[in-house]
Amino acid sequence: METLEQIKCRIEAAIPGVGLDIQCNRVVPGQASLVVPPARALEVARFLRDDSRLALDYCSNVSGVDWLDRVVEEHVRVTRLVDGQERVFEECRERRVPGHLEAVYHLYSMRLKHGPVILRQRTVNRVDQARLASLTPVWRSAEFQEREAYDLFGIVFEGHPDLRRILMWDEFRDSPMRKDYVEPDDYEYEPTPHDDLREKARRHYPIEADA
Amino acid sequence: MDEGLRSELSRQGVFATTIQDLYNWGCRNSLWPLNFGLACCAIEMIAASMARFDIARFGAEVFRPSPRQADLMIVAGTVTKKMAPQVVRLYNQMPEPKYVIAMGACAISGGPFKRGYNVLKGIDRYVPVDVHIPGCPPRPEALLHALITLQEKIASRKLTGPSRARAFQEEAPGEFPVPEYGPYDLVPAKNTDLWRPKPITRNE
Ligand code: SF4
Repeated sequence: METLEQIKCRIEAAIPGVGLDIQCNRVVPGQASLVVPPARALEVARFLRDDSRLALDYCSNVSGVDWLDRVVEEHVRVTRLVDGQERVFEECRERRVPGHLEAVYHLYSMRLKHGPVILRQRTVNRVDQARLASLTPVWRSAEFQEREAYDLFGIVFEGHPDLRRILMWDEFRDSPMRKDYVEPDDYEYEPTPHDDLREKARRHYPIEADA
Repeated sequence: MDEGLRSELSRQGVFATTIQDLYNWGCRNSLWPLNFGLACCAIEMIAASMARFDIARFGAEVFRPSPRQADLMIVAGTVTKKMAPQVVRLYNQMPEPKYVIAMGACAISGGPFKRGYNVLKGIDRYVPVDVHIPGCPPRPEALLHALITLQEKIASRKLTGPSRARAFQEEAPGEFPVPEYGPYDLVPAKNTDLWRPKPITRNE
């Protein structure tokens, strides 16, 4: 199979102005993924499926990822005048990266027996613009898994034929797999509570040592 | 009738019993379980009903597909919050006298999924449970033991008098409120008339 760079070049040639990006996986080398903007995702998906050299006809897996707002530290070099001399300093700056949600698609080719090509779509934020393009029109197998990502992460897939909750009940109003999800407080006795659970246990059962 | 007279009569070839004993004897040896399973524990329940463990030896092999014909509910497996209302509804549809065995860590407490957002932490929050079986999963022998324990319980139940079994008390509830799906959890999260855990004080 072609490398991801080659695939990226060919997509860019076929769909002008698509704006792809390659994201490396720092943990597992050689598992880079292709970040596609949701507005063009459907076109990219059609290309990947219909291209004769790729023929990615099988979407094996769709998963959701939740990225919270985070602060990254960056080391930058700055030149400053000290006692009339220019000197280079290394400075540590903090940059806020806004949180977003991601849907990750793992694509294989049954016909050519290769894969995976990993596709990512990102939402603008985690709150009011958690919208992505549904790729179910291209790969039917994504249908239930996109519903699951909608159910558990709250990602709205536009163009999905039947976007309903799939695991939780319809009346449920939350996204339990998000990192800031707070579960209902139906705590029960734990024999060895620790960390967060210990705090919870404190609230529910009087601890003799506290009294 | 006292025991001495009864054994004296039986030596003379006269069998004497009471309606209560006869009724309980028939009842405990023909418990018909409701045919449903919720998770992996159900596989052990199925194994218990097959030739090797043979639940038929204890008269409980007639698994009924309808709650109207069943008098024993074996809650075998994880009760998710989405499934809990249906389980309570099935219980309500069973005729009296009815019994519940909660089989496995999940059914009695939530088990390995206890800290999850979607699993009920014990079916005894909504229906009265007669026998709890720990284990993940309990072996078929454990289910048979639970069945025998239940049979002993039925053998000693009273049909009349103030200490009679729940099924024979007119004012005792035979149906329990079915919880509804709320925006974050089941509403109510537990039946407080039924589920009253002892307050626990922790020593640290
Ligand atoms: S107790 Fe264990 S075996 Fe039984 S349903 Fe729960 S997880 Fe499965």
